Amino acid sequence: MAIYLDHAATSPLRPAVLEAMLPYFATHAGNPSSLHASGRRARQGVDEARERVAASIGARPREIVFTAGGTEADNLAVKGVAWAASPRGRHLIVSAVEHRAVLNAVAVLERSGFEVTTVGVDRHGRVDPAEVSAALTDRTTLVSIMAANNEVGTLQPIAEIGALVRDHPACFHVDAVQWAAHLAVDVDAWQADLVSLSAHKLGGPQGVGALFVRRGTQLLPQLQGGSQERQRRAGTENVAGIVGMAAAFDAVHGEAATREPERARLATIVDEAWAGLLAIDGIERTGHPEARLPNNVSAVVDGVEGGDLVAALDLEGIEVSTGSACTSGSTEPSHVLLAMGIDPHRAHGSLRITLGPESGARDVATMLDVLGRVVARLRGHGVRAVAAGPA
Amino acid sequence: MGRIVAAMSGGVDSSVTAALLAAEERDGGDEVVGVWMRLAPDEGEGWELRRSCCSPDAADDARRVAQLAGIPFFVLNLEREFGTQVIDAFVDGYLDGATPNPCQACNQYIKFDVLLQRGLAAYGADAVATGHYARIATGPDGIHRLLRARDETKDQTYFLWTLTQAQLAATRFPLGELTKPEVRALAARLALPTADKPESQEICFVPLGNYRDLLAERRGYAGDPGPIIDGTGARLGTHTGYAHYTVGQRHGLGIAAGEPVYVREVRPASNTIVVGRRDEVASSAFTASGRHFIGGDPPAERFRAEVRIRHRGGMVPAEVTLVGDDRFTVETDAPVWAPAPGQAAVLYAGDEVLGGGRIVSQAA
Repeated sequence: MAIYLDHAATSPLRPAVLEAMLPYFATHAGNPSSLHASGRRARQGVDEARERVAASIGARPREIVFTAGGTEADNLAVKGVAWAASPRGRHLIVSAVEHRAVLNAVAVLERSGFEVTTVGVDRHGRVDPAEVSAALTDRTTLVSIMAANNEVGTLQPIAEIGALVRDHPACFHVDAVQWAAHLAVDVDAWQADLVSLSAHKLGGPQGVGALFVRRGTQLLPQLQGGSQERQRRAGTENVAGIVGMAAAFDAVHGEAATREPERARLATIVDEAWAGLLAIDGIERTGHPEARLPNNVSAVVDGVEGGDLVAALDLEGIEVSTGSACTSGSTEPSHVLLAMGIDPHRAHGSLRITLGPESGARDVATMLDVLGRVVARLRGHGVRAVAAGPA
Repeated sequence: MGRIVAAMSGGVDSSVTAALLAAEERDGGDEVVGVWMRLAPDEGEGWELRRSCCSPDAADDARRVAQLAGIPFFVLNLEREFGTQVIDAFVDGYLDGATPNPCQACNQYIKFDVLLQRGLAAYGADAVATGHYARIATGPDGIHRLLRARDETKDQTYFLWTLTQAQLAATRFPLGELTKPEVRALAARLALPTADKPESQEICFVPLGNYRDLLAERRGYAGDPGPIIDGTGARLGTHTGYAHYTVGQRHGLGIAAGEPVYVREVRPASNTIVVGRRDEVASSAFTASGRHFIGGDPPAERFRAEVRIRHRGGMVPAEVTLVGDDRFTVETDAPVWAPAPGQAAVLYAGDEVLGGGRIVSQAA
């Protein structure tokens, strides 16, 4: 059985989540828009899930729009606001380390004549709120900054940025897909108008997410069809998925009594992972030293190709990532690491280890042991050199 | 137990290679890891419709075969290496007035260098297996010999003459003893999705056989018209740029002479194409450089061998004479058609590939 240390890519479905979902595939199956009893039962599942997800982020139920995942939530937020507000202005602000779902959505808008300002980050991947503030113009309609970076785990000063955007007519969108997997979201403390969430980063099912849309925010729907989700997202609801998302949010953001011991446990093994990792020659941490996701251990490893390292570890039963599952197989180094000013050559050696509730101290110890051996092998120690033949 | 990397292109040959090795693994053989090399970017106009082993369809096919065979599967991104070592070398070959040999370059620098090195280091493997039709025999002296495939019509040893002892020691050719029909039958029996895939014939990065756009794209060579002359220096016509022509070419010369003429020589320095009659383009003597002998040492200073100057070309008995440290001359018993600079002259003794060199000139 492999040791799975890639929870930022997806995290295994929690048993309690699966249990909560199962009835909605069978006895509670129905279309929430149907008028009959089966429809009403399905509708109840969606309504209850909406209340629970809303409560866990300090929102009202009607401010939650369920989507098919974090990417759809990001697209709906970015394109939905940009188009709805376009009579007033066509200027958008994003950070250089946003997820591709945001960067590629604004790239499409750019081709339609929108102007995009990309604010940079420091060497730890942090956005300077003053830079966001300076970029605001009277034509700016949207500021989109992620709460926690998916590759290096750096947390952004979201509340500070929110306070600066508050006095401006622009909407503030926060991609909280990774943040919400570990840390509490408070949409009012952030002063956010839109917040993207995903279920499968915290033990929920894949294919379901949500967008918080603050009451009064103008949004142009991106899918046309029926009137589901208060006409903001057409299509029959993924009922079992939505129920599973609520169960996953309950598990992570529910009772403090169950939450705190797990946080302490995770912190201990993450510390061990850092100590072991940084003890290996030529490995340097990426991301912020303190302001970072509690389960994220990311680094650049000198003298190796990240993809080779991940493959080599996989063959030894250790599952990790180069940084982002969404850009695997690409020859370009991570846009996040480049934005942080990391040399492109070194950025090729990126490694991301993300722990989860079932990760134990022994898993970390095994990973470190294998990593040490594999890195040595990849750096050419103990491997036959084979030349290319005649010149 | 060892570990072996199966290079998978998404074609039927490498699919069967991986499936055969996976079957051996189930019987207690080496652990198998499937690897597909990404050699061209997934972008640009029409990338999704691209054919050949660089296409996204090929990656899908390779992945499905790996899933069915029950082996791990990785994508190795070698766009950069392939771009310089194969595509740029191909373009530069034409600009040098030569006929480049990209399949051989891909074998030498991509499969049996980068992939092999990465296979050993990254995947902790002991060997790389490919779907080439060729055989390796190791003698009691420990010397690895490269032999022609059992299926004569599919033999690919022409592209493998640069292999070294170290490379051969870490290489497996599981299809060497099989014929193509047998491989197809195996693919069908194993229900591989690639069983009926057509053979790739063209150069994978020049889909329509037109490399002129590539010369312009990669090196800014647009072509500069110049003279077409015959052996006496008489001007017969005008060409579109010397790099658009290769030795032995007949079409596209725009010469309405009574007797058909062929390109005999490409002269980059003076941007001149020399043409001749059929018998003038054939030759019984030529020189090759960059010589390499697979067993390490050449058989003798002067020896008899059979020579092949193109893939699936005839095997022509010849006298080979070593010249200096790097060259050899070949005198064939009968004239061979258009020995072109840049192409390999591969030397055989029966089934065994002795080695070879790159043709540099027609005059021995």
